[in-house]
Amino acid sequence: MSLLALDRITKSFGAIHALQGVDLEIQPGEAVGLMGDNGAGKSTLVKIIAGNFPPTSGHIAVEGREVVFDRPIDARAAGIEVVYQDLALANNLTAAENVFLGRELKKGWGPFRTLDKEAMIERSSELFAELKSETRPRDLVQKMSGGQRQAVAIARTRLSDPKLVLMDEPTAAISVRQVAEVLNLIKRLKATGHAVILISHRMPDVFEVCDRIAVLRRGTKVADKATRDTSPEEITGLITGAIHAA
Amino acid sequence: MQPDVPRTTDHAAIGDVAGIEERTLLQKMLTSQPFWVTVALIVVCLGIGFYQPAFFTAQNIANITRNFAIFGIMALGMTCVIITAGIDLSVGSIMGLVAIVAGIYLTAEYSWYVSFALGMLAGLACGAVNGFLIAYVGLSPFVVTLGMMSIARSLAVVISGNQMLYQFGPDAPIVKAIGQAKFPPNVEGDMWPDWIPAFSSHFWVMVFMALIVGYVFKYKAWGKHLFAIGGNEQAARLTGVNVKLIKFQAYVFSAFCAAVSSLLILGYTGSAINALGQSYELRVIAATVIGGANLLGGYGTAYGAIIGAALLEVIRNALLMAGIDSNWQGAFVGIFIILAVFIGLQTEGGRSYIAQLRDTILPPRRKDR
Repeated sequence: MSLLALDRITKSFGAIHALQGVDLEIQPGEAVGLMGDNGAGKSTLVKIIAGNFPPTSGHIAVEGREVVFDRPIDARAAGIEVVYQDLALANNLTAAENVFLGRELKKGWGPFRTLDKEAMIERSSELFAELKSETRPRDLVQKMSGGQRQAVAIARTRLSDPKLVLMDEPTAAISVRQVAEVLNLIKRLKATGHAVILISHRMPDVFEVCDRIAVLRRGTKVADKATRDTSPEEITGLITGAIHAA
Repeated sequence: MQPDVPRTTDHAAIGDVAGIEERTLLQKMLTSQPFWVTVALIVVCLGIGFYQPAFFTAQNIANITRNFAIFGIMALGMTCVIITAGIDLSVGSIMGLVAIVAGIYLTAEYSWYVSFALGMLAGLACGAVNGFLIAYVGLSPFVVTLGMMSIARSLAVVISGNQMLYQFGPDAPIVKAIGQAKFPPNVEGDMWPDWIPAFSSHFWVMVFMALIVGYVFKYKAWGKHLFAIGGNEQAARLTGVNVKLIKFQAYVFSAFCAAVSSLLILGYTGSAINALGQSYELRVIAATVIGGANLLGGYGTAYGAIIGAALLEVIRNALLMAGIDSNWQGAFVGIFIILAVFIGLQTEGGRSYIAQLRDTILPPRRKDR
């Protein structure tokens, strides 16, 4: 049974048909690269899976059970976590505070329930260690490198031990060395049995970590192949439209 | 480190790429704006005390702390609003409306608690309208509270019939007692030595509220969410923080603080005028900003709000004692506001002038490899 199954998903914004019947299946522990040019519908698809807005038509099933996501929290409850392109971090808070934002650990009772800072710092430490990142829980996110910020955003997704992690352009706008770090983080997620959808423009990154690549063009899925059966040249052709479908 | 094998980068190296620095408590303190404002406050106090020993009399200290307490209380509410990257221009007018509503009921010989409750309710209603329009409808905080500033003041004038209210019926002594209460009482023969200032009820209310706000900022999820909204509202929303509710509550709390201040003044003067609080919003915002809150959101402390209000009042008091024409007050206060924003300014390197000053005094220790 697929972990996530999208069935004929469409999305229209007025006269614009951003998605025109997209099917996509993700198996547990699988990393799928979602590629496409700007405006191909990648972001729209991600936002539908993440629960930012509902599809115009079509069905979403998680582990065979049909689901409807009205808000991002619904998707999270179904085991889907998202690392947003801008990482959704508050610069003025520490790494630990960002990891637990909206899901703070508390102690005490009634009106005197207070934040359990020690527990949050300890748990964040563990998560960063699991990700083999040098990020320190008490540091302000403001002062962190791109790679460390990624680690914070990814650590956040692991609080609930999700089934699927969506990553929207995690390697855009960071240095080469930090890209390596992020790709390692994705491999760690796979190694621990998490399915990953990687949205990226960077061909080498997708080929390095993904088991399968799906290509969107003008709101339609034009290809869905195992990485070992395709080549960067073919994918480029599919993205640009030089190759119609594969 | 082996540059030819980037996939196996030694992660300890990330530390020196990012320039992570260990900071001691002292270094942290030296970067905090409230700390420097406290230093300025102490310097100004010692300066005046040197020329005018009367400054340090128990009587003068009791007066100063009473005068700035209502601004401190409102600055606490304003800090909450400013942390969310908002602004509340209506607090002064809300004071006027609250005083008039409470005054009307007192004049009609209602008991003090009914009158105070209704005054408070009027204030909270203004805050709720502000909060609803800003958080749920999505209007600009500046425009909404500017409108409320005009509406509340106008209502106060209309309701009062443009009269001063001062014949407060049977509960007048209780109302006065609330506004004029002191602790320690400093009467002949009590157990407190005379050199301890007789701090006003205004001061104690401020201290109590500051402790609560400080506690909430540090130990409650609500406080963290407030800061998260100011830091990155979109991030707060995506991580499941109820952004709208929290913003709404911030404006209601700001109105609550204005109402508390208004009732304390009502009690102290034993009268209600519809002009109460006129232009106070600017002094409150000034106190908040001097105390280190950032108008762009995300930063602010309860202590800073209080110390900012205190500094403004001490400057005012100092100018009076030095015999300088009171018309000069505005110029001095203005200089301090700009100075405070300037030293808190983030330069291009992402460091404030305070941080640079700190690094000159105490150079940061580089993390050991």
